[in-house]
Amino acid sequence: MTTATAGREVTYLEAISQALDEEMTRDERVFLMGEDIGPYGGAFRITEGFQQKYGEWRVLDTPLSESGFVGAAIGAAMMGMRPVVEMQFADFISCAFDQITEVAAKNHYRWGAPVPMVIRAPFGGGVHGGPFHSECPEGWFFHSPGLKLVAPSTPYDAKGLLKAAIRDPNPVIYFEHKFLYRRIKAVLPDEDFIVPIGKADVKRAGVDVSVITYGAMVHLALEAAELLARDGIALEVVDLRTLIPLDKEAIYQSVRKTGKVITLHEDNKTGGIGAEVAALLAEECFDSLDGPIMRIAAPDTPVPFSTPLEEFFLPKVGDIVAAAKKLAAY
Amino acid sequence: MDVLETWKTVKRADLLQMYYYLRLTRTLEDRIIALYRQGRIVGGVYTSNGMEAISVGYASALERDDIIAPFHRDMGAFLVRGITPGEVVAQYLGKRTGPTKGKDGNVHMGDLKRGVIGFVSHLADNLPVATGVALAFRLRGESRVVVTNTGDGGTSRGDFHEAMNFAAVRKLPVVFFCNNNQYAYSTPLGLQMAVKDVVDRAKAYGMPGEIVEGNDLAAVYLAARRAIRKARAGEGPTFIECKTMRMHGHSEHDSAKYVPRELLEEWKKKEPILKAEQMLKQLGYADENTFREVGERVTKEVEAGVEFAEKSPLPEGPETLNGVFATDEEIKP
Repeated sequence: MTTATAGREVTYLEAISQALDEEMTRDERVFLMGEDIGPYGGAFRITEGFQQKYGEWRVLDTPLSESGFVGAAIGAAMMGMRPVVEMQFADFISCAFDQITEVAAKNHYRWGAPVPMVIRAPFGGGVHGGPFHSECPEGWFFHSPGLKLVAPSTPYDAKGLLKAAIRDPNPVIYFEHKFLYRRIKAVLPDEDFIVPIGKADVKRAGVDVSVITYGAMVHLALEAAELLARDGIALEVVDLRTLIPLDKEAIYQSVRKTGKVITLHEDNKTGGIGAEVAALLAEECFDSLDGPIMRIAAPDTPVPFSTPLEEFFLPKVGDIVAAAKKLAAY
Repeated sequence: MDVLETWKTVKRADLLQMYYYLRLTRTLEDRIIALYRQGRIVGGVYTSNGMEAISVGYASALERDDIIAPFHRDMGAFLVRGITPGEVVAQYLGKRTGPTKGKDGNVHMGDLKRGVIGFVSHLADNLPVATGVALAFRLRGESRVVVTNTGDGGTSRGDFHEAMNFAAVRKLPVVFFCNNNQYAYSTPLGLQMAVKDVVDRAKAYGMPGEIVEGNDLAAVYLAARRAIRKARAGEGPTFIECKTMRMHGHSEHDSAKYVPRELLEEWKKKEPILKAEQMLKQLGYADENTFREVGERVTKEVEAGVEFAEKSPLPEGPETLNGVFATDEEIKP
């Protein structure tokens, strides 16, 4: 178990643990459900030690039953609790698709009962997980009104967005990127903070080309920005952080400045969030565009297992550099 | 115990109150069917005709603070919980005064203030939700209970099994009803499951179950009361299969020609209101005058409801955009 520690760097994973721990201490209505989250501490050890601290009922091991425990979270949320459920891997969220899209998402719209709950979904590739442990399923839910979707890229955002999600009156799917768990570290403030849902963040300012992205791809874009800076191309990296509701103004603002856009995500290309961003820009910022909108995304295949295949599948720094150079030359 | 002896164990006032709800349910749904045939209702009409004893029975066995998570054959439960005939008709007519303000139709309505979880079309989806309601009670140490219901068809869905299993493992204060009306739309029971009785499914979860004559109001009420008491005492969930028969089509557009006429004739004799009247007379609790008076009362209430609904405004088109998300104010303790 992690606790806020002055001055020490914490990982993205620890930031998630801290957020859960602090929210459970702050609000006794907050409780956790999921598979193997109790004595085992979760597949990724996010809830290590939690059951000793909060007891068997507030850190509740469930049967292997995603639809069952998401449905249960909906019922408990309607009764005034604040459930946070863990998908062992985001891929398994498909088992709970019906409860999420038909019950949770439509509940308030249909008959006015809020469903304040969080579904944590460890997502993304680069971890040799293959087709069932690497997915980016956010696109499915991007098209399901009533849900909020967040996808932090840094420890600060991971902690602040999870706290905001727990305090939000709506069902929030929290996409946490597995690749970042132990790779990204930062010193976090000791005091309580949230990152508001619905606010994007410019992770690097630039004037030549905008990259609109989220999740692990933010770090890829930042790497590309370093390389491009040597060639005198200033890349602006806009981290969406929240996918629904999308911070459209932040996207427009960046594009009005640069006039050139790359959308970047690890999800499949067709019908992805990049496609929606491109459509929004065509509608709202056409006059500001000074080149074609370019989409960098995974190909339309399942996430393959073998190393060369997965390397081929995932977007690469080189893709961003090449696209940015092409756009800069326009 | 024979039927009369069973009925004797329920208080006269409770029986008469439940009889009133049987009649109110039947009269309201018949009136909705009439509106549908006149073309005044758009969308489907799903009734509990001939099955009213189940939802009236279980809902009457609950306390005020308890919760129901009903399905579309449970109009009686909505009424017992205090949803008014006017609101129901307004809901069917898509009026702003219905519980969903026109956002959803027919029996897809709920109201937490009256302890009713809204129903979704996907049968058995409400069962995991009900286990979560029970879990909230368990987490807070409240002695409240939730009752949920689904049809024979709904018990084939994964959510039924996931909910039953989770509730049994954690001994949650939930009672699972099954309205076994022998048809899921046009699919007869024999093509729905290989077990003879739906209650057999409960065994797989280590959950006690029982079979009840679903058209016998007192039998349903007593079974519900026993299971609810058990759940309230922390002794875990129960599964109650109510044998009944769907006397109409799946919805009113469905002539249900696939149901053998003789089967319907046989079940007509076991009709729950008729049965209740026979028992109330035998017990000396009521006579034909009582039945006529109740009939007049519920007709008046239903007609007042229809008038209220018809006078109510329709929502304006742009109201479509309201309410996708809840606001912070709505969840303030």
